[in-house]
Amino acid sequence: MTMRVSLWGTRGSIASAGPDTVAYGGNTSCVEVEGRDGTIVILDAGTGIRRVGDTYKQPRRIDILLTHLHMDHIQGLGFFAPFFVKDFEVHVWGPPSTTQGLRARLSRYLSPPLFPVRLRDVAAKLELHDVPMEPFQVGGLEIDGDMVIHPGQTVGYRMTDGTATIAYLPDHEPALGADGMPTDPAWTSGHDLAAGADLLIHDAQYTADEYAERVGWGHSRIADAVALARMSGAKRLVTFHHDPAHDDRELDMMVEDARRMSTGLEILPGREGAVFRV
Amino acid sequence: MHNPRMAQRDVGLILMRQLASGLAVPTLIADETGDMLFFNEPAELLLGQRFDETGDILRGEFTSSFALRDEQGNQIPEEQVPINVAMRELRAVHRRLVGRGFDGVDRNFEITAFPLLGAGGHLIGGVAMFWERKHQ
Repeated sequence: MTMRVSLWGTRGSIASAGPDTVAYGGNTSCVEVEGRDGTIVILDAGTGIRRVGDTYKQPRRIDILLTHLHMDHIQGLGFFAPFFVKDFEVHVWGPPSTTQGLRARLSRYLSPPLFPVRLRDVAAKLELHDVPMEPFQVGGLEIDGDMVIHPGQTVGYRMTDGTATIAYLPDHEPALGADGMPTDPAWTSGHDLAAGADLLIHDAQYTADEYAERVGWGHSRIADAVALARMSGAKRLVTFHHDPAHDDRELDMMVEDARRMSTGLEILPGREGAVFRV
Repeated sequence: MHNPRMAQRDVGLILMRQLASGLAVPTLIADETGDMLFFNEPAELLLGQRFDETGDILRGEFTSSFALRDEQGNQIPEEQVPINVAMRELRAVHRRLVGRGFDGVDRNFEITAFPLLGAGGHLIGGVAMFWERKHQ
């Protein structure tokens, strides 16, 4: 048995369903990880989480790890079916803050007038946690959270199950403020999370030309995702957080271009519905 | 992190270095132990040496190489160096000092030093910014 990684939403910024986005999907960030012992962890609660929630038929423990609280990463929370079933136990983890607890921050969305149901009214046993800045365990998964460069407090995750490791950095701008992508691992955001990972799921929102117009928005050129993967020795790179303006054809071209400039690194298109065994 | 490579600095330090790299204000960054991690190009002129020639400098080495004196000419002990005070007492510090650079030249300046607290509120390092006083 290996770790199973399922992509339920790979789109960035805003859901973008339509005939031109069928292959990569329109749902926003959501990745389900199932450990060898059956532990379930869901990475981010974008609109993709709605369909994941419908797959759990029996009450169980589920951990949702949020990278940050931008809307495209939490919008699906209110539509996560296990929230509304009494015997489920749901743990939600989010970036730490020195000013407000996670409940207070999430409640800004999960309360009227933005949402009809309040967080305190969910039926499941709900526990909220600040992500610790040291390794922690969820079932059989050992998890590291570390801050990464993205506007607001944003965490990237590294999860290890036995000898298999995945890294998840869906919103990340490691080149911010640098003259191109940094080359020194000590001064590169996300390096340690990605180091040697068997599967790196990473922000690849922009082409080089687009990035030039959007420096500081918190996202990567696909070339920067490739550079980080190569620097950190990741084995496979999954492109993620696709720009809502990019259709399937453009995303295929971006992946093909990235493959041409990076021999030796396996680059996989982050398509909704894809499942990886690690 | 349990990752064996452990190469990377805290993201707060990375962002601070990137900011310092783009500033005209001489700026120096230390880690939470006081080891000097980076100084920018304007600080190179003030310190009398290029960063690429020094690399990281241990706390004790830095204060012995870059001698600081107060306006009366008294040497500033290591524990009173503004960036060390800022990190120890978690407060901003501002002082007028005279520094003898790695090149042996004395320069008058004001230093503002402050601690850097990371996302969880813990100390990750300190920053010193220098304003040279060319006219006394």
